[in-house]
Amino acid sequence: MMNRRAIFIIPYLLLFIAGCQSQHVGVPEEIPYVDTGVNPDAWVRIPAGEFLMGQHNHLTTIPYDYEIMVTDVTNLQYARFLNEALAAGAIKVEDNAVKGYYSGEPFDGYAHEKKIEPGYKVYMPLDKPGVAITFANNRFSVKKGWENHPVVMVSWFGANAYCQFYGWRLPTEKEWEKAARGTDGRAYPWGNEIHRNQANYYSSRNLLKKIWGDGVFTTPVGYFNGKTYGNYQTRDGRSPYGLYDMAGNVWQWTGDDYHDTHLRYMRGGSFSNYEYNLRVWARNSAGPEYYDMNVGFRCVRDVTKQSQNNGDATNENQ
Amino acid sequence: MKRELLWQFPLSVQLAVKKGNAMNAISERFHYLFRSTKGLILVAIAMISLVTAIWGTLSGPMVEWGVRDITLKLTGMKLDPAHREGRIIILYHVIAMAVIAIEVYMITSIVPMRRYQQSYINATVTFGYLITMIFGLWFAYWGRNFVFHGVFLFGLSLMFFSGLLLAAALWPWRKEYHIKDPAYAHTKSGVDLERVAFFVMTVATLGSAAFGAFTGSYWGQGHETFLAEDLIREPHKNALQLAIIGHLHIMLTLIAIAITLIVGRWLDFKGKFHKIAMWLMITGTIIITLGVWSVVPYEEIAHKIIYVGSVFVMLAALFLVIYGWRKQIHDRLAELNITRPTIGQRIKALLHDPIKFGPLWQMVYMNFTVSGVGIFMAIKLDEIFRVWPAREERISLTGHWHILSGIIATIILLYYADICGIRGKARKWFGWTVIIGSDIAFAAVTIFAMKRLFVDLIGQQTVVNWTMIFADLGLAIVLVALAALMVWRLFDLFKEGGLWKREWQSAELPVNRTAELKKQNVEEEVL
Repeated sequence: MMNRRAIFIIPYLLLFIAGCQSQHVGVPEEIPYVDTGVNPDAWVRIPAGEFLMGQHNHLTTIPYDYEIMVTDVTNLQYARFLNEALAAGAIKVEDNAVKGYYSGEPFDGYAHEKKIEPGYKVYMPLDKPGVAITFANNRFSVKKGWENHPVVMVSWFGANAYCQFYGWRLPTEKEWEKAARGTDGRAYPWGNEIHRNQANYYSSRNLLKKIWGDGVFTTPVGYFNGKTYGNYQTRDGRSPYGLYDMAGNVWQWTGDDYHDTHLRYMRGGSFSNYEYNLRVWARNSAGPEYYDMNVGFRCVRDVTKQSQNNGDATNENQ
Repeated sequence: MKRELLWQFPLSVQLAVKKGNAMNAISERFHYLFRSTKGLILVAIAMISLVTAIWGTLSGPMVEWGVRDITLKLTGMKLDPAHREGRIIILYHVIAMAVIAIEVYMITSIVPMRRYQQSYINATVTFGYLITMIFGLWFAYWGRNFVFHGVFLFGLSLMFFSGLLLAAALWPWRKEYHIKDPAYAHTKSGVDLERVAFFVMTVATLGSAAFGAFTGSYWGQGHETFLAEDLIREPHKNALQLAIIGHLHIMLTLIAIAITLIVGRWLDFKGKFHKIAMWLMITGTIIITLGVWSVVPYEEIAHKIIYVGSVFVMLAALFLVIYGWRKQIHDRLAELNITRPTIGQRIKALLHDPIKFGPLWQMVYMNFTVSGVGIFMAIKLDEIFRVWPAREERISLTGHWHILSGIIATIILLYYADICGIRGKARKWFGWTVIIGSDIAFAAVTIFAMKRLFVDLIGQQTVVNWTMIFADLGLAIVLVALAALMVWRLFDLFKEGGLWKREWQSAELPVNRTAELKKQNVEEEVL
């Protein structure tokens, strides 16, 4: 009789214990550096014109050329920014976090509208699991092997500050989507089908875990480019304009501020999402203070008359 | 003709006789499956099981395990990523229509009505859900042929029409349905309040179906489908978006109300609790429905109206639970001749029959996994859930109503096991398997959906792994029980004198009806 009771009770207990666990796996201090052959400093020009936007392919026009980063911003790039911004007095380290000033946003009193007041905002925590950037002796550096992984645990404020520091900006949702899908209305950057070795997403995790081990959830930027790493053959996951990681790996902050919510939208899906979140029109949102280990970003820059005269910006170095 | 004499005749005669026997056997089974309440319920459960078995391989861990690829190869399904939402909407409707059909079969059997009305309603609803299912899935998963979409809509229209017939048959103010038995809730003039509750639920369902159908038709013109859970953070929803959100909430609620009323009749709900509960159920159903409909013009106060209605309905369900459990304890103790039971004996008596204990327990359990979570989310929306990324909030919402649908399904399944007359150890095993398996799964899904309350993304993998294991394990246990039941019923159909034959001979559900009609022949009834 006791055994029978145990059969019923034990699963509940196990479930309870599992539910109560809050394990912090943490980011391994050192991982092997994998060169993908993709240059994170490269930009690509997206020409002005029409494209099909959203799930239902609404014809939309972007009447200007713009340039967008070929990959997500990497840990190395972000650490370089933090050092430069620290030297310039644009940021401070306080309460184990990098903070910077933000001028706030007008509040209109809509239901569920977020209040974004002026003040110092967290760009990136330094003591949370998932952060690959360290701060010691007044200098930011990147844990070994993580240099070309996308920077994560960065809030919208932190992403916005990075782009603005260099005179760039975060892409609007429109700009992001056109860069991801081109003009032919495809569902994923590379077409209409997805394979498990084409992007870093939930269904590809089992394979990637075998290569990267526990605690490594992101892949280096541009990893899915058709190259073979050991025995792992990847498929080319580039967008029509040659951008990498526009589906999977990490969500990417976009720049629009919708005045009635002040939520910020993310695009592209991440390693923790199923494939339907990787479709180019899929959206995620959170407040600008939100950060997580599956959220990163990339920047765009306006094409000036001078740069236009210089010709095509594809793969132009920073 | 006796089998042993058959060999004496020429081969052609032998074949003709055998063919005749086979035709006769098929015909008998066809009549059982499509003309008896028990057979119709069996067919609908089998169809849902089939759809669940096949379509369940298209998502979740089945993708990583490569099962989906096999299903796609074998069936030739086409899964265009842009049409995912449309496919899901059709799949929900397909399963919902079969569930509604099951509830309709139960209602037409347990609520007194004319025989011809029962036949018309059952025939219409059967044709309706089968057409909806076959052509809906064909359209959604095999090439989007819009002729099939049209036939799918025709199936839905038939379902609606069968609802109109049901409402007419349930009309509670006809004198022949008046009751005098003081045990059952009725008005001074004898109007059967349980019948009124069924009637109100049916009319509310028809109105709410139309509420969704009009908006669906509008959107259908442009084929711009969406899932309601993708609208959660849209600050300004238009009237039609609000209507769709209202539609899916009220339909599931009404399906839950219907099964509660059905369980009440199955357990012969009566006495003082019945008298209070029926008033509460009628009032609650009306308030909730009007509350949901008012989401479009008066979004600000609609939720408050819905909360008030929910309190009424949940109290009614609570009275049913109290009545049902007391009765189960009382009946079992009487069987054992225990006059002064201890608490332990009472509990044992309560748990004696899981098939009858289960549905009421699932209603209680729902409060922890559905209502409680829903209320918590509503109270802490801005403080907690809007701080999470939208995708996490979305998971909480989808988990919430998947569990409610699952709970309704298990209640139907337990009732069906009783209808089949499963006895002895099989009854206990089946009952406890369904209860424990489903409750483990529902608990795991609840923890999964709420994981961000106690763990962040980097630490969540452990929780995700464990909860997925328990959710899959729990669901697998229930599905195995369901599969065993279906296989048993399938094999039974091959037996000459199987259970199906006995069910064909006593086709209606064995309940104490609140009123009995005088027997009339069909001609009299129709005239």
